[in-house]
Amino acid sequence: MKVNRVLVLAEHDNQTLKVSTANTVRAATELSEDITVLVAGYQCAAVAKAASLLDGVNEVWVSDLPCFEHGLAENVAELMIDLAEAFQYILAPATTYGKNILPRVAARLDVAQISEITGILSPDTFVRPIYAGNALLTIQSLDPIKVITVRSTAFEAVSTGVVATKEPAPIVNLASKKPYDLGLSQFLREEPHVSKRPELTSARIVISGGRGLQSGENFKMLEEIADKLGAALGATRAAVDAGFVPNDYQIGQTGKVVAPDLYIAVGISGAIQHLAGMKDSKVIVAINKDADAPIFQVADYGLVGDLFEILPELSKELVIRK
Amino acid sequence: MKCLIPVKRVIDFNVKVRVKSDGTGVETDQVKMSMNPFDEVALEEAVRLKEKVIVKEIIAISIGVSSAQETCRVALARGADRAILIETNVETNEMPPLSIAKILKYFVLQEKPDLVILGKQAIDDDCNQTGQMLAALLGWAQGTNASGLNVNASTGSVEVIREVDGGLETLSLKLPAVVSVDLRLNEPRYISLPNIMKAKSKPLQIIPMGDLKIELKQHLKTIQVEPPVMRRSGIKVNNAKELVDKLRNEAKVL
Ligand SMILES: Cc1cc2nc3c(=O)[nH]c(=O)nc-3n(C[C@H](O)[C@H](O)[C@H](O)COP(=O)(O)OP(=O)(O)OC[C@H]3O[C@@H](n4cnc5c(N)ncnc54)[C@H](O)[C@@H]3O)c2cc1C
Repeated sequence: MKVNRVLVLAEHDNQTLKVSTANTVRAATELSEDITVLVAGYQCAAVAKAASLLDGVNEVWVSDLPCFEHGLAENVAELMIDLAEAFQYILAPATTYGKNILPRVAARLDVAQISEITGILSPDTFVRPIYAGNALLTIQSLDPIKVITVRSTAFEAVSTGVVATKEPAPIVNLASKKPYDLGLSQFLREEPHVSKRPELTSARIVISGGRGLQSGENFKMLEEIADKLGAALGATRAAVDAGFVPNDYQIGQTGKVVAPDLYIAVGISGAIQHLAGMKDSKVIVAINKDADAPIFQVADYGLVGDLFEILPELSKELVIRK
Repeated sequence: MKCLIPVKRVIDFNVKVRVKSDGTGVETDQVKMSMNPFDEVALEEAVRLKEKVIVKEIIAISIGVSSAQETCRVALARGADRAILIETNVETNEMPPLSIAKILKYFVLQEKPDLVILGKQAIDDDCNQTGQMLAALLGWAQGTNASGLNVNASTGSVEVIREVDGGLETLSLKLPAVVSVDLRLNEPRYISLPNIMKAKSKPLQIIPMGDLKIELKQHLKTIQVEPPVMRRSGIKVNNAKELVDKLRNEAKVL
């Protein structure tokens, strides 16, 4: 049998390559030594270059076309289906980007898609959380092509070439076999939430607020501390639903999954759906006035009390040592 | 317009899920089952479109064991005009989303809806695949993670606001299309008693899976299901000063 080849779909915004791609390449290295990264975008040369510097990548394939500018699932999937035949594995980050595209690819290849793996046990056997992380499923794929999304927090990012440990991988511009603009969907606009803070899913420290914060205004208290710690800001679904913070702050079963070195949960009860997104953090701190709040069951350090008194004190403590 | 709303019967979101000691799955005996919360949102959206006279008929469809009839009745009480149950011998969890998508495709071709609205994920297997797969098999447009939906019948399109990792994104989809919904799209209303009564007389068609000549393959094999490693709760500190001290000198994360 020929050697396994892996195709990794790069996540990017045409200018920068998302770290989630480097996490996904790490998972790919556990499966094969022959890894191709696909960059589908528009005017995305910088992304291709960044991908070529990822440790472990053998080749970067680029399809640079206007119809790929916004990463529309229908168009990108069509391209991937045309390329799939040469590969035994097709991987993408388990982000809203990867989850949007990969099931389409799998369905058209008539193979299952395995979502959000957290472990690779053998070439065809994978581990993934189910029931909001209340159970771990070990599953074997019987399909000839394995189409998989990868949970970033479970695979350490490969070196992104900042320290030049290797020659850049060759970049191949794909000749367009057919028009990939299927015209099924059209991008209208976006309201990106820009923040000067670190990206939530790769931040070393995350501080999150829940309904206990009472208002968006009060999140400023968390921002102050986040800025002192160089932390990213997160939230519960309740805080997002209440309009305190934008949707991209949400951590949990249906939001983002984080696993920072330090997670500080403030005014958060610790519902299972929230824990699903943060319980793999190295150190968890909980600040809650209810000593029986379930969040304390997973916290390494618990502080029972009123957050409106504790947060200013905490902020002060962090200043003194600076 | 006609809407097809796939609904799944799952363990209720409030239940603390327990893994079976033999590692074959999770405990479902005597466990409260409900409609997947995301599907409730999908159905509510269709009902709202019907109230706005954009949608004429809402068909709920469920694939599952006989007791999923209950889920179909709930769908009828929530405002579906009729319901279809594809009755299987196995819990739907044994079937990968691809198989579900193939069955749904069969009914889409039969019923010819303009819009399929479904949950972005089921809270049991957390796959987040079925909508995308169905759209792919049909060659339709898809709008996943919808938190806003606006049908423009005159142009034959639907505008979908999507919750994505970077914020919000708005797409226009050509109809017919598949839309998978996020929880913030709407807040499903309570089911009223009269609607529960009414649901009893609405049509529920039960079709044995074997009667459909759909070829399904086995793609995956469950090796085992196990509980995750539990975190132990740590210590309580008395104040912010002590906390910072611990984080610096004990945990060494600051
Ligand atoms: C299908 C589904 C999916 C879901 N997905 C997610 C998800 O992805 N992410 C998520 O987070 N949730 C999710 N949820 C919601 C989840 O079940 C909880 O409702 C939510 O996480 C609760 O948020 P919270 O902790 O902010 O609010 P609450 O549960 O209301 O807790 C607020 C906490 O703040 C404390 N508090 C209040 N005032 C103070 C004060 N002054 N000082 C200190 N403490 C204070 C209270 O003691 C309480 O513990 C989902 C639910 C469902 C059904």
